[in-house]
Amino acid sequence: MSVNPADLLYSKTHEWVRIEDGEGVVGITAFAQESLGDITYVELPSVGDTLEAEKEFGSVESVKAASDLISPVSGEVVAVNESLENAPEVCNSDPYGQGWLVRVRLTGKAENLMDAAAYEAHCATER
Amino acid sequence: MNTIFAASVPGRRAWTVNSQAPRATDMLPAGLLRANPPRLPQCSELDVVRHYTRLSQMNYHVDANFYPLGSCTMKYNPKFMEYVAQLPGFARLHPLLAQLDGRAAQGALHVLYEIEQLLCELTGMKAFTLQPMAGANGEFTGVTLMAAYHKAKGRQRNIMLIPDAAHGTNPASASLAGFTVVNLESRDGMVNPEAVAKAVQEHGEQVAGLMMTCPNTLGLMETQLPRIVEALRAVDALLYYDGANMNAIMGKMRVGDAGFDVVHLNVHKTFGTPHGGGGPGAGPVGVSEKLLPFLPLPRVRRMEDGTFALIEDAPQSVGHIGPFYGSFGVIIKALAYILRLGGEGLTRASEHAVLNANYLKKRLEDVLEIPFKERHCAHEFVASAPDGLRALDIAKALLERGIHAPTVYFPLIVHECLMPEPTETESKQTLDSFVQAMRDIVDTGRTNPEALHEAPTRLPVRRLDETSAARHMVLTEDMS
Repeated sequence: MSVNPADLLYSKTHEWVRIEDGEGVVGITAFAQESLGDITYVELPSVGDTLEAEKEFGSVESVKAASDLISPVSGEVVAVNESLENAPEVCNSDPYGQGWLVRVRLTGKAENLMDAAAYEAHCATER
Repeated sequence: MNTIFAASVPGRRAWTVNSQAPRATDMLPAGLLRANPPRLPQCSELDVVRHYTRLSQMNYHVDANFYPLGSCTMKYNPKFMEYVAQLPGFARLHPLLAQLDGRAAQGALHVLYEIEQLLCELTGMKAFTLQPMAGANGEFTGVTLMAAYHKAKGRQRNIMLIPDAAHGTNPASASLAGFTVVNLESRDGMVNPEAVAKAVQEHGEQVAGLMMTCPNTLGLMETQLPRIVEALRAVDALLYYDGANMNAIMGKMRVGDAGFDVVHLNVHKTFGTPHGGGGPGAGPVGVSEKLLPFLPLPRVRRMEDGTFALIEDAPQSVGHIGPFYGSFGVIIKALAYILRLGGEGLTRASEHAVLNANYLKKRLEDVLEIPFKERHCAHEFVASAPDGLRALDIAKALLERGIHAPTVYFPLIVHECLMPEPTETESKQTLDSFVQAMRDIVDTGRTNPEALHEAPTRLPVRRLDETSAARHMVLTEDMS
């Protein structure tokens, strides 16, 4: 059974993006939150910041580790999930829903991303 | 256990002989004084003694039990070093004496001069600064020196290459010094020379250098060093050696001879001084010829008449990294350790550290999942918790058996990672008891995983809620 929704695109560094109407919603995958363990802090960019694909745009800290967030797409941040400031655990409980990170107005085409099946194969190599 | 604040009774005092010295509050400008005295606990001397003695009894330390904490080398601290550092001629020296009157501080300056010579001999570097106050401060100093080198050549180099099996603090130190970190993925647990070559090709003249930990945090010695050195030299990028794992190579490899340009040493990990986390640390930094002009000040020089003097005239120096001359008391202990063991003793310390780690690794082969099994490890090794068990549960269960847990969940590239490092001073009996404890715990976990989730049950505290502690920090006392 797959936990990774079929309508998303996935990066090698375990972020997802949902692309709709020229905008992309970005989050971390179930695999990422599972590997990190309990998430304690999420550092996000501000609205208006520019994200570049395959470049760092924030970080996520858990009881085990701190990891950079790598953007799957390029674009301008139009919204950030401010509720994560007080409830970062939502990234654990609902990584594909309430645990979204940022919404971006895309400036380029999404490249080097995988569909759910390819991403699951990729995760299998990292287990 | 309660905090010392809970023992506070208004008006209770511990008395000391009245000092004639002026009070700090008489000398500070009025604007800097606080309106009300801080709400410190009010206790008698006996209250304080009992509170902290009880706390120390609850503490876990290498003087009481085995402490196999990989990557952080928790060496036993031989007691003679404390004796040497407490000699009144050292301990009562005023920190400014060497600056005010160098003639009166010749002994102290000689100590600094002598250890610099010995560290150079041990590492093959040209000179050392003793000023950095701890390992991470040494890292920062080292990368600052690399920045100064490129700047002096009129270059803008902002990229630092860091392998994924490097010591965990490296990316932080490089970022703090203003570098952009580029991560290098390892191959077979080591730095991949092709990845280095590719990064150099991609970033070319932007690459300031590479920070390496060798042996790395997987406990593996690099086998492709010459190729890595060559790739970096081609663009005059510098090679940094993180001395966190120096305890594996003393008397076996000199990093200067291998082509490294800058190295920091953690004296607590290599020369048996107390760990910096519990007090002052020291992180001497050694450099190759290229970086000599940039070393921090002051430095100690031997003059023509054989006396020692502090040198402040170095126009290209990065300046002062810390106050005075570094952690002098810690440096004395490191010198005492080096002199006591001598070259032969230091070499044997490394040999035993590596032997002990390999013994543990071999004996745990059928207990834990051990990657890179076919290779000998250096002074530490990595293992994964087997059969779906959690490294954290194993760690807590070890605590209950009177053994400090190895480092867990680091390095990140190993699944459910445990990283034991026994160090050279532990006996075969201690190592065997560790193996037995690990075997018991894993057996328990296989048959009754719930029992492991419960651990520890008999220690002063049970399983701490690390998540809540990180998410909701509670300050118990308001001092304002």
